[in-house]
Amino acid sequence: MSAYSSLAMVTSMVIYLLAVVAFAAEWAVARRLEPTSVDASILVGAGGPDELADRLAPATQRRLLRLDMFGRVGLALMLVGGAVHLVAVVLRGIAADRMPWGNMYEFVTTALAVVVAAYLVLAARFDMRWLGLPTALLAAISQGLAVTVLYVAVAPLVPALHSVWFVVHIMAALVAGAAFNVGGIASILYLLKERAQRRGSVGGYLGRIPDIRKIDTIAYRFHAFAFPLWTFAVAAGAIWAEFAWGRFWGWDPKETWSLVTWVIYAGYLHARATAGWKGRRAAGIAVLGLVCFWFNFVGINLLVSGLHSYAGV
Amino acid sequence: MTQVTAEAATEAAPLRGGELGRFLWTQLTSMRTALVLLFALALAAIPGSLLPQRPVSPIRVKDWITDNPLVGPAFDAVGLFDVYASPWFAAIYLLLFISLIGCIIPRIGVYVRALNAPPPLTPKRLQRMPDYRTASTAEPAQSVLQAAEQQLRSCGFRVRRLEDSVSAERGYTRELGNLVFHVSLVVMLIGLAWASLLGYKGNTIVVEGQAFSNTLTQYDDLTTGAAFAPEQLDRFTIWVDQFDVKFETGPVQRGAARLFLAKVRVAEAGETRPGVIEVNNPLIFGSSTVHLVGHGYAPVVTVRDGAGDVAFSGPVPFLPQDGNFTSLGVIKAPDARPSRLAFEGSFLPATVTDELGTRSVFPDAVNPELFLTAWTGPPREETGAPENVYSLDKAGLVQLTEGEKKVAFRLKPGESFDLPGGGSISFDSWKRWTKLQVGHTPGLWLVLVSVLVAVTGLCLSLFIRPRRIWLRVVGDRVEVAGLERAEGRGGMDDELNELIEAATAGKGTT
Repeated sequence: MSAYSSLAMVTSMVIYLLAVVAFAAEWAVARRLEPTSVDASILVGAGGPDELADRLAPATQRRLLRLDMFGRVGLALMLVGGAVHLVAVVLRGIAADRMPWGNMYEFVTTALAVVVAAYLVLAARFDMRWLGLPTALLAAISQGLAVTVLYVAVAPLVPALHSVWFVVHIMAALVAGAAFNVGGIASILYLLKERAQRRGSVGGYLGRIPDIRKIDTIAYRFHAFAFPLWTFAVAAGAIWAEFAWGRFWGWDPKETWSLVTWVIYAGYLHARATAGWKGRRAAGIAVLGLVCFWFNFVGINLLVSGLHSYAGV
Repeated sequence: MTQVTAEAATEAAPLRGGELGRFLWTQLTSMRTALVLLFALALAAIPGSLLPQRPVSPIRVKDWITDNPLVGPAFDAVGLFDVYASPWFAAIYLLLFISLIGCIIPRIGVYVRALNAPPPLTPKRLQRMPDYRTASTAEPAQSVLQAAEQQLRSCGFRVRRLEDSVSAERGYTRELGNLVFHVSLVVMLIGLAWASLLGYKGNTIVVEGQAFSNTLTQYDDLTTGAAFAPEQLDRFTIWVDQFDVKFETGPVQRGAARLFLAKVRVAEAGETRPGVIEVNNPLIFGSSTVHLVGHGYAPVVTVRDGAGDVAFSGPVPFLPQDGNFTSLGVIKAPDARPSRLAFEGSFLPATVTDELGTRSVFPDAVNPELFLTAWTGPPREETGAPENVYSLDKAGLVQLTEGEKKVAFRLKPGESFDLPGGGSISFDSWKRWTKLQVGHTPGLWLVLVSVLVAVTGLCLSLFIRPRRIWLRVVGDRVEVAGLERAEGRGGMDDELNELIEAATAGKGTT
């Protein structure tokens, strides 16, 4: 069972890699379109309204069709990759006979499944296929690192993890982490596009994603969704720590960095309401928060010894 | 803190001082300062996660300072080895909380006034609002306004009926959630202060078959809050009858713990009952909890002195040093005569000797051996001064030698060793010990409740959509407009359309 899970995990990584190629091709085509020839907001996501397409040069029309085809192929690959990925996570859980969140490998793979699922919903329901390239890139790279560097064989849990809080605490952290990542991607795109606008050279990919105010709102919504969940994840962790270790807060490195991450994101939410900090600075804080989140996950688990050293690698 | 004291000091001072105070107070309570303090807090918390900290690992701190003689003492002087108890860390979070309180109190006033006030007057030019549309109607104006009022009220709006228009607002709970969240954080800080003032936490090592009574003298270490009194200790006794441990023996995660279970009996208020303590399952006595926080091995030894009498007999807890329970310990026989005896050494639960040397390769006691060196000295007067049972004070002791060679020996269970100067030690068997942590955290419920309330408030403050809607009748035209007062999820379009439909459908009754 665990062998099938690993096989599916590697397969999903390969499919994500192909999705990266498809999305990259989509934006490579977009680069060759003259910025003036396309009204991005009208064409994105739609097959291209006929009357508008008629007015475009045939070469541009062909490119637009190609572009859309690559985008659809990418999305389809993400769907297939996501399905295989989900199977891999479920099989891992069945093989371990518990929720597959006992170590870094299991946490990363499950969190990425949530990210991909979120992306698929966004693309299907909210016309946000344009998030494809960074999402596929994140999925392919992280999934690749998970199966190569972080992989550990299925094993039971240590007694400290035998608790209902195992499900509550980790699930909250997982979903919050996935949302922080999607929000972080949006904030990075915001910063890139904002810079391109200041330099007056918005073309290609950046020209075809929504305008920066929309991206900013999207980033905010993800962070606003993730922040209370993260707060809850930290609080649930503290409650669990009181049961397992007899203290709810002990400044363990993982606890410290959860708080640092929390404080940075709290800063982000405040910055958005503060004159002079809106926009670029706030987006920068969001990216800083994501860096803290990743350091807390990768750096603290692998470099610093503490009570959360459960990587098993 | 300085800003605040400055303000307090200048309160009664002449105008200039008061102005300064007000200036500093405004600065401190501004959002910009709050942001800077938030980042300062994040930054200040980081060194504590990267440097060893004294409350957690005092030995690693000592080693770190020894290894870094240049920066070590300097780091120590500024409190980098106990960041979370350092004055500058406290200064940052106290300033942050003062800033928070200074920001929140005026906002509570504003909020209460807003709650008591009706929705604002309808703006003159509704077309300037972000969402605006018009429709025509044949209905009389009052009927349209009546229908609009009904519709808005049924959607949960607070409605103000004006002469030719209706002004409505909802989403007041957003700011309420925001205020509740911030106030809860302050309450949480009070709970934490309460817990650290009145709480205590102590550790004790109990060997299987032995007991622990909750009195000061029975603790190996005890940290207490500033307002702690020994009478606070709940009276109870715990016998640890048996401690079951299982480790992974399969190829994956070999040696990882799989089971810790202490079977105990508890005597409290004249009653004795059986119980179990597991890692996620502490014993709870009213306000005290007993956690299982560690375990190890205690070799059972018998020491005979030069006169052939038993000078010591019983289990001696050895302290584990690594994941395979290489354990260090000291066996003392101060009553041995003609000279007192002491032994220092290690206990290996799974002894293997190969090219890498002698070491323990597994945490369970599959091949236990005891490695000892022996010390002797003239009897010492009993002073009653406390002594560390885990280390040997070698003053007045000499190491036993045989010719030039120092005496060092290894024992398996059942074996014994005759000392060159007379006397012997036998390794009879071994037992496990458990480390129990007894804790009392009085304000814990307050911390928990405030955190739960804070999360609820946070959700309200992020997910509630405060918005205003206006409807005005101008002749046979109906104007509606909407204003989102926070970043919402949209949905204003539908709301306005429904309002127009309801208002112009002719269902209003005057």
